Amino acid sequence: MTSVLATPAPDAAVVRRPGPVRFLWLLVVVGLLVALMALSVAVGSRGVGWSDILAALGGSTDNIGQAAVTKRIPRTVLAVVVGAALGLSGAVMQGVTRNPLADPGVLGINMGASLAVVAGIAWFGLFSATSIVWTAIVGAGVAAVFVYAVGSLGRGGATPLKLALAGAATSAALTSFITAVALPRGDIVENVVSWEIGGVGGATFDGIGTVAPFLLLGLVVSLLSARSLNSLALGDELAAGLGERVALARGVAALGSVLLCGAATAVAGPIGFVGLVVPHLCRLLVGVDHRWLLPFSAIAGACLLTGADVLGRIVARPTELDVGILTAIIGAPFFIAIVRRQKVREL
Amino acid sequence: MTATHSLAAEDLTLAYGERTVIEGLDLLVPPGRITAVVGANACGKSTLLRSMSRLLAPRSGRVLLDGKAVHRLPAKELARTLGLLPQSPIAPEGITVADLVGRGRHPHQRVFSRWSKEDDAAVAAALDATETTPLADRAVDELSGGQRQRVWIAMALAQQTDLLLLDEPTTFLDVAHQIEVLDLLTDLNRTRGTTIVMVLHDLNLAARYADHLVALSGGQIHAAGTPEDVLTEECVRAVFGLDSQVIVDPTSGKPLMLPMGRHHTAPRADVLQSTSGS
Repeated sequence: MTSVLATPAPDAAVVRRPGPVRFLWLLVVVGLLVALMALSVAVGSRGVGWSDILAALGGSTDNIGQAAVTKRIPRTVLAVVVGAALGLSGAVMQGVTRNPLADPGVLGINMGASLAVVAGIAWFGLFSATSIVWTAIVGAGVAAVFVYAVGSLGRGGATPLKLALAGAATSAALTSFITAVALPRGDIVENVVSWEIGGVGGATFDGIGTVAPFLLLGLVVSLLSARSLNSLALGDELAAGLGERVALARGVAALGSVLLCGAATAVAGPIGFVGLVVPHLCRLLVGVDHRWLLPFSAIAGACLLTGADVLGRIVARPTELDVGILTAIIGAPFFIAIVRRQKVREL
Repeated sequence: MTATHSLAAEDLTLAYGERTVIEGLDLLVPPGRITAVVGANACGKSTLLRSMSRLLAPRSGRVLLDGKAVHRLPAKELARTLGLLPQSPIAPEGITVADLVGRGRHPHQRVFSRWSKEDDAAVAAALDATETTPLADRAVDELSGGQRQRVWIAMALAQQTDLLLLDEPTTFLDVAHQIEVLDLLTDLNRTRGTTIVMVLHDLNLAARYADHLVALSGGQIHAAGTPEDVLTEECVRAVFGLDSQVIVDPTSGKPLMLPMGRHHTAPRADVLQSTSGS
């Protein structure tokens, strides 16, 4: 250990990050997303020929095939947008809580949004799309604060398993509340049930337009938190030592995450596990730097939800399987695998 | 990079809820020197360090950096002058050494700024200084304890602060790695003039490596000064409640504390005499 301190930067190139590899993966996931979007427009419970698909993309609705394709376009956009929101929201949530099990579904935040919306419809006659989005976001925020507070009780603070347990318990309770609110109301119960499972089937550009500003705000806030999340990942003390205002940074990032999953839930119902699975896969591809991880999680989340939606249309022909059911089928074993791993520790 | 920053505590009282840990403490950290803080378990050493790096707001009194209260300074501005290596920092699973060290650049970056040549140079120099350049692409969780500690110190170096606070940087390390880390910090102090304040458990290593020794007891400074002034038999008895003999370390010429328990401590006056005389 000699006094080499005086000679700076001998080999700057040595410490360069493996940018090309990440860039390659970026091309791969973007390519995958484009392919899945194309599939999502082309494939459905009704088979439509290529000429009709192209005609429909051009705005024509002359026959029933073209009309079906026209309906698939907003549906595809919604799957992409909601998937991206959930993937990104999960990645931010895992960063904020340093918890590998964090996910809007696992932590019960989607259910908080759902209960708020259902109660709003049943009791206060919520009608306008915008008011539903607001209600969902407030519900998501309240649930997030509640679950985090319960998970932090006792020794050791908010450990991964305690937080997941608090989320699961809260989720179960909220689901019962939703049933209790909706059941006596024969007029809304059917809507509530189908919305609760989660789906993108009923997508319209109007609906997407209503949540778009919220999602956009959530996206910007989340992406700007990337560097703070990198510091928080080193522990609160070191993050503070690096000049991070820990509580503020955590609050801002959590706000971005809640905006995303609240708005996504408002428009597509509580879709679980996307936010859990996607960030873990992305970490394998691009590592733990949130400046890469967050945008990747958004793109990969869009891929997963679009893919799940296409799959749901194929496997249950001539009907469809809701996308929320498929993500649960994919996500549940994944969740168990993460829990069973030796190192269930803070991220 | 000459360290002329002054760090001091003024009538500092620190508490966690009802429990007062430090009471009315005054401390002056000598600029450009190595200061070691020693004391019994739970005497407030780490708490004092946390407060000096603004992690813990004082109940009363102030911590002053260049005459300004650190708790009033903007977080990033402080982090460009004063770095902290806590006792158990968290390495995200799978993070590479270069990435981890790069995160030390946080206080030098803005929200939109890109990774700069300066950042590159700082990281390369930090890896070089800690001899971790060959590990740059390795995952931190694959490294041995000694290597990992050097990587954390590299991260603190990349922060390029004139003051560096370390909370027990030698914990969990074997004796060879303890010496390696303390030698590295001494290099840093001598070549860059970095002011170092560290909490150490091992009194003898503290006496050997510190220019300035601070012994804490009961939330107060029991003694502060050169190792020769502070590490005495009376001091060890008062601070740790332990009987001991303090002799001159034949290796360094600094004081060396030999603890006396209830067993295996029949003093052989002739041996001690000849050792301390050399």
